[in-house]
Amino acid sequence: MSTELIFVQLVNGIQYGLLLFLIASGLTLVFGVMGILNLAHGSMYMVGAYLAWYFVSITGSFTLSALLSAVIALGLGILIERVLIQRLYNRNHLDQVLLTIGMIFVFNSLQSILWGNDPYGVAVPDTLGGSIPFTDNSSYPIYRIFAALICIAIAAALYFVVSKTRLGMLIRAGESNREMVEALGVNIKSLYTIVFAIGVMLAAVSGIIAAPMRSIVPGMGESVLITCFVVVVIGGMGSIKGAFVGALLVGVISTFAAVLMPTMSNMIIYIFMILVLLVKPQGLFAE
Amino acid sequence: MSRINTLAGAVLATSLTAGLCTATVAAADETVKVGLMLPFSGIYAQLGEAGRDGLKLALKEHAEQLHGTKIEYVELDTEAKPSRAPELASSLLNQHKADFVIGPVHSGVAMGMIKMLRGKDTIMIIPNAGSAAATGPLCSPNVFRTSFSSWQPSYPMGKVALEKGYKKVYAISWNYGMGRESLDAFAESFEAGGGEIVEKVLLPFPSTNFQSHVSDIADENPDAVFTFFAGGGAIKFVKDYDAMGLRGKIPLLGSGFLTEGTLQAQGDAAEGVMTGLHYAEQLDVPKNLAFREAFNTEYGHYPDIYAVQGYDAGQAIANTIGELNGDISDKKAVISTMEKLTIDSPRGEFTFSRAHNPIQNIYLREVKGGVNVVQSVAANALEDPARGCKL
Repeated sequence: MSTELIFVQLVNGIQYGLLLFLIASGLTLVFGVMGILNLAHGSMYMVGAYLAWYFVSITGSFTLSALLSAVIALGLGILIERVLIQRLYNRNHLDQVLLTIGMIFVFNSLQSILWGNDPYGVAVPDTLGGSIPFTDNSSYPIYRIFAALICIAIAAALYFVVSKTRLGMLIRAGESNREMVEALGVNIKSLYTIVFAIGVMLAAVSGIIAAPMRSIVPGMGESVLITCFVVVVIGGMGSIKGAFVGALLVGVISTFAAVLMPTMSNMIIYIFMILVLLVKPQGLFAE
Repeated sequence: MSRINTLAGAVLATSLTAGLCTATVAAADETVKVGLMLPFSGIYAQLGEAGRDGLKLALKEHAEQLHGTKIEYVELDTEAKPSRAPELASSLLNQHKADFVIGPVHSGVAMGMIKMLRGKDTIMIIPNAGSAAATGPLCSPNVFRTSFSSWQPSYPMGKVALEKGYKKVYAISWNYGMGRESLDAFAESFEAGGGEIVEKVLLPFPSTNFQSHVSDIADENPDAVFTFFAGGGAIKFVKDYDAMGLRGKIPLLGSGFLTEGTLQAQGDAAEGVMTGLHYAEQLDVPKNLAFREAFNTEYGHYPDIYAVQGYDAGQAIANTIGELNGDISDKKAVISTMEKLTIDSPRGEFTFSRAHNPIQNIYLREVKGGVNVVQSVAANALEDPARGCKL
């Protein structure tokens, strides 16, 4: 492998890793703060991608479609938390798993009923349509660079909110001692609603950003969910920083594995996960 | 008078029901059970639905051939999961006692079904899965296919590549039956003519993380790329290929599924992609035009290749029942009748090979203006070699 190709693949890996982070961040945020294991997280990613496609096909504008889809996802998150998730806070993880697995089936059926089972694609928005020369033969699409930048911006925003704002302080406090926060007069119920809705929106936003790069097909949520869990487990359940590092590692490792040993590439990230867990059973950045 | 007639008729009928007229009378209210084992959910759901719609349209259109036989459908969702195949096939065979089983879409599912149905009285018609084994080592008198063998769309593309002057080709697909067999079939004719496969990459199914491989292709700089991907994977590969700037620089060739039912989602990224297939939506055959309109009238959208293959499975059933005057109780007669059929398919007429795979034309198509435009007949009446079949 030439140095040039190594560099190209590194860029590919980082770009993939950043997208993975964006998807995984919502999962780990919700688990870290609320202790809820949301298996339907991948479905929210799917919902984001389908909404983006649907609104682009109606309005023709990707920006408008992205905004609409994100707002709908936020509303969906609030609704799901208020109607379903709220009942599970005092129950064990098995009940949460049952409910959220059920939600996967519901969302898959809704997708099939509302939008059918044809594979769809979203065109890259015109303003981001070009590409910059990369190597002799290939170029790098501007949209993918833009997508990576958005992921970095959201990661930074998430870091800022969690570590520097009052909301973040409450989130961290709720994480370590729910009863105490409640005793101090904080409305933990609405805090949880906000956190869950943000988690759903993060998944949906990743779906929206991924829409022009990926194919929008039934079942797209499940495949992404498993990779997300690998990311979160490697990084440490509940740790945003862990999800960031884990996502970049998984992105880069799976990219190189795909080229160097394609037939085994799916296995490599799991082997890597096992190795990490042998050394750090709680993941890299678990508290 | 009329009363006497009725009485006489009743006596006559009672005495005859025992034996004489089973064939004619029984046929009038006999039901033929058609079991469908197709994916109605999951990644191949749309393919399963298209196949079913095509099948039902054919049996509706050919109602007069059925001699009053009623068709009863049993639809089972395979979810395109091979692990579901034995259980579902067994239920159609033993519980529902299906006369015909139509399915599946996915080659892995086909293997499980064939193991269960091989040599049984139930006639299995494969409306898509192209696995070589189905009409190769595992061929069976009661197993037919109205689609293609994996070898058929890809084999002629090797010659096409040579004719275009490509010497070095990068081959990439998924590591499962259809993927491996497509690349092998391409290599068979391409290497025989002096071409060289510079790299052969097989990815785990259904991984769609292609970007790193497209970068690898750019680095390798072959004369052309040959590939088999379908559905969501096909969309993603063609889009990645275009996004990384390879379209227009390194020609992309493929088994026809790369651009079937995916063109709208692929958009401009698919322009110029050349593929081989036994069908093209714009194929200028009268039967195709009639079929497309009939399908659109029935379902409100135009059919794709999967609908054609399902339609031909339906035609095979209808024609067989018709030739046998509605009596399908003798399964040997059913098989020997079906073997001799000439199916008037929207893809052009085809017959069955000794291994029960269609002997059919393969067309070279190129995507122009969002349509697979037929360039030429890449291979005329191509018969799968049916390696390992002892029929």
